[in-house]
Amino acid sequence: MENLVYVALFAPFVGSLFAALFGMSQRQIFVGVIASGLLAVSFISSLLLAINLYTTGNVIHVTMMDWINAGDISIPFGFVIDQISVTMMTVVTLVSTIVHIYAIGYMDHDKAFNRFFSYLSAFVFSMLILVMSDNFAGLFIGWEGVGVCSWLLVGFWYHKPDQTREENPSISPSWAANEAFIMNRIADLGMLVGIFILYWNTGSLQYDVVFAALPNLDDAVLVTAAIALFIGAMGKSAQFPLHTWLTDAMEGPTPVSALIHAATMVTAGVFLVIRSNPLYGMEAVAGVSFFIACLGTFVAFYAASMALVERDLKRIIAYSTLSQLGYMFAAAGLGAYWIALFHLAAHAFFKALLFLGGGNVMHAMHDELDLFKMGELRKKMRGTFIYMTIASIALAGLPPLAGFWSKDAIIETAFNEHTYVLWFMLVLTAGMTAFYSFRQVFLTFFGEDRHTALGFHPHEMYKFVLAAMSPLAVLAIITGWFMGGYKAFIYQIGEGVQYEMSEHTHHLATYLGLIVIFVAVSGIILAYFKYARTGKNAFKRNEEKEQGFFYKLLINQYYVPKIYEEYITKPYAMISEVFWTKVDLKIVDATVDNIAKFFYVSGDKTRAMQTGNLSNYLNWMAVGAVVLLVIAAISAMLV
Amino acid sequence: MFENFIASIMTIEGAAFYVFSILTIGLFSITVMSKNVLYAMTSLAAAMVLISGFFFILGADFLGVVQLVVYVGAIMALYSFAMMFFDATKDIKEKTTSNSLVFLLGGLSALVLVLMFAAPIYSENIQALYPMHEGVGNAQDVGMVLFTKYLIPFEVAAVMLLVAMIAGIILAGKKMDESLTEDMSADDEILIIKDEK
Amino acid sequence: MIGLSHYLIVSAIIFSIGLVGVLRRRNLLMLFFATEVMLNAVNIAFAAISHYYNDLTGQMFAFFIIAIAASEVAVGLGILIVLFKKHGSLDLDDLANMRG
Repeated sequence: MENLVYVALFAPFVGSLFAALFGMSQRQIFVGVIASGLLAVSFISSLLLAINLYTTGNVIHVTMMDWINAGDISIPFGFVIDQISVTMMTVVTLVSTIVHIYAIGYMDHDKAFNRFFSYLSAFVFSMLILVMSDNFAGLFIGWEGVGVCSWLLVGFWYHKPDQTREENPSISPSWAANEAFIMNRIADLGMLVGIFILYWNTGSLQYDVVFAALPNLDDAVLVTAAIALFIGAMGKSAQFPLHTWLTDAMEGPTPVSALIHAATMVTAGVFLVIRSNPLYGMEAVAGVSFFIACLGTFVAFYAASMALVERDLKRIIAYSTLSQLGYMFAAAGLGAYWIALFHLAAHAFFKALLFLGGGNVMHAMHDELDLFKMGELRKKMRGTFIYMTIASIALAGLPPLAGFWSKDAIIETAFNEHTYVLWFMLVLTAGMTAFYSFRQVFLTFFGEDRHTALGFHPHEMYKFVLAAMSPLAVLAIITGWFMGGYKAFIYQIGEGVQYEMSEHTHHLATYLGLIVIFVAVSGIILAYFKYARTGKNAFKRNEEKEQGFFYKLLINQYYVPKIYEEYITKPYAMISEVFWTKVDLKIVDATVDNIAKFFYVSGDKTRAMQTGNLSNYLNWMAVGAVVLLVIAAISAMLV
Repeated sequence: MFENFIASIMTIEGAAFYVFSILTIGLFSITVMSKNVLYAMTSLAAAMVLISGFFFILGADFLGVVQLVVYVGAIMALYSFAMMFFDATKDIKEKTTSNSLVFLLGGLSALVLVLMFAAPIYSENIQALYPMHEGVGNAQDVGMVLFTKYLIPFEVAAVMLLVAMIAGIILAGKKMDESLTEDMSADDEILIIKDEK
Repeated sequence: MIGLSHYLIVSAIIFSIGLVGVLRRRNLLMLFFATEVMLNAVNIAFAAISHYYNDLTGQMFAFFIIAIAASEVAVGLGILIVLFKKHGSLDLDDLANMRG
């Protein structure tokens, strides 16, 4: 079994290195095929590990080697395969495999095809380190690794020029990549502080040691550590106010958006909170956990509201990701860690499917993403249409698809915890989710044909790509059915992740579910009447409404990016300019220059001493000797 | 202060010390200042003899004898023989270094050293490492220490003297009509060896 | 009474005379003489300390200094002769051919 762990971990790494070998050369199909194959190997290993864990319940703990052994610090390169990490591994490798295969078709015409696969596999490797590590140091390495890969992949089309914010809200791929990276760095600092606090107070970075030592710590230490770690999670999972990078990250190729910015990397923050459940579940940090739940609910609602008016296909999906992450944090904050993890898995499947379907549309429309320029694509892209509809139903949360079960459980949790405001917000958000996801489906695949007039001739994606997407579609439908089994599986870990609804909630569960379904269905019906009909009822843009206050507020993302730019980026650039011209050039550089100049000048002046005349040398030697004598005499007197 | 000086000069030892000091200092000054090599060397030799006198006053009889034998006998003889290669009768014409610098440095070092040595020396806790023995002659005492504790340095010094001797002979003696540095025979030998191969 | 300081002061004065010689003269032979002066000054100090501390170590050092002086003169004079043959002069100003 240990070997399987290493196979699962290192197969993507090998794939990445292999693809990197051909990074500078022409597009080679076999590079993509081999990278995908190695990912499939990794997936199968993960699956076998999961099955083994499910049947035997034995947590596998391997230590590959000692990594840092200095003084009191001892950090081994260890990996733990427990219920949490195996869930993540299976989800990550499965989605990655499908995305890899998809990318063979999607990146068909790209010159940097091989480089793309190298980055993508490197990302999977980092993500696996993140989830498999048995200590915070390994987690942090994986955390930074996925950050770097995200940066590389968002900025994959780095050659695209910058545009104004009005033309393109994300400005350019390289700009978006930098934004994502810098925002994550800010959050990572918080996370690093949290790790340091834990190490300082427990003397270890191993999860089991740290968590065992938690009950002996001060409340203040626990709260600070919990807050600091959550700041890290906020950055990676794009929670308010560090959320703007996620929508801008849609500048990257669509497989990247599907894999990194929907299914896997952004869920790392949720994973961190779930992994640290002994910390967040403590009585002392209940305030922080409740804050997490509130923030998650707020982000769910906030992101959904922005998605209502968005016209860019990928950005809508990005907002929905943001919103669903909010749901996960709400569940995790309320203590229902296993529900959060289950929603994470279910979400990964249907969101990846949705993104890949969006990628098909984008491919067909020659990179045009404006929904208002599509319409009636269902006849030309039947497969994609079916997939996206399945994914949207799952996202909207209609039974019996995956999204319903997990999302309903989260909403139920909010009710169970008597946080009725959160419950109401989440229900409302569920309705908004249904509305905007079907708005997108209807605008894309139904209604009047708006694209032909603009000169688009959409065509369906390659068959093998559609075939590769089918597992996701199946999983998006059936995942929810295994909720009970999964619950039993994850309950093996122990009390930390167990969460049961109270008797009272249990009685009301059916009604609560019906409320959610009702709200979702009304959202879908509203979307149908507004966007799907043809003829004289067909959707028309309402210019007047687009000038309204709320519309402008939402389409400009509540002006948050503008505020960031005006009040953070620009003052920062100004301060940097001042520091550069005043401090760096005039003080730091000048000091260094003057030191060099001093040596040069003194050397030039004293060169005259080298007359080649022994007598002069003797004189200088005598001068030195006398000076030393005088110094010795003075010091002897002083002592 | 002055009474002390008078009192000390009245003893034989004191009188000898002051006479020797004045004479050595004067002779060495001549050595350093003289333009004529011959004068310089003569005064140096005379000063060496007087220094051996210091050694005798200090009870280092053996050292005094060695001073006479080695310095006055051997070294000065070496100098005088060496001088035969140079033109000793001519006055040396040289650009001396500016006096102000010389006297500043020399005077300063003299001042500092004198100040340091004139200051009281705290010697209570100094223990003699190889104490002299009562009733034993200095030569015997020196021999005991030299051939036991300082045997290895002594032997090394002997080897060093041998090396110096050989070096002196080679430098000054071999093929004295040819230049050492412009010797081409070595190259010829190398060429011959090459040809043989 | 003549104390240790007296000898040390004489030694210091002689040493400084030697130093003045080293500084002042340009003729190599005279430099050798000045060096001898300095070596002898040190010998006086050693012998005096040996006497006043009743310790033979000082005399031992004086012996070795004499030995070193002897070898120095032997080798040094050999070099002087070679130099004189090559340049016809012992003046350092004439020998300065390593100007940097």
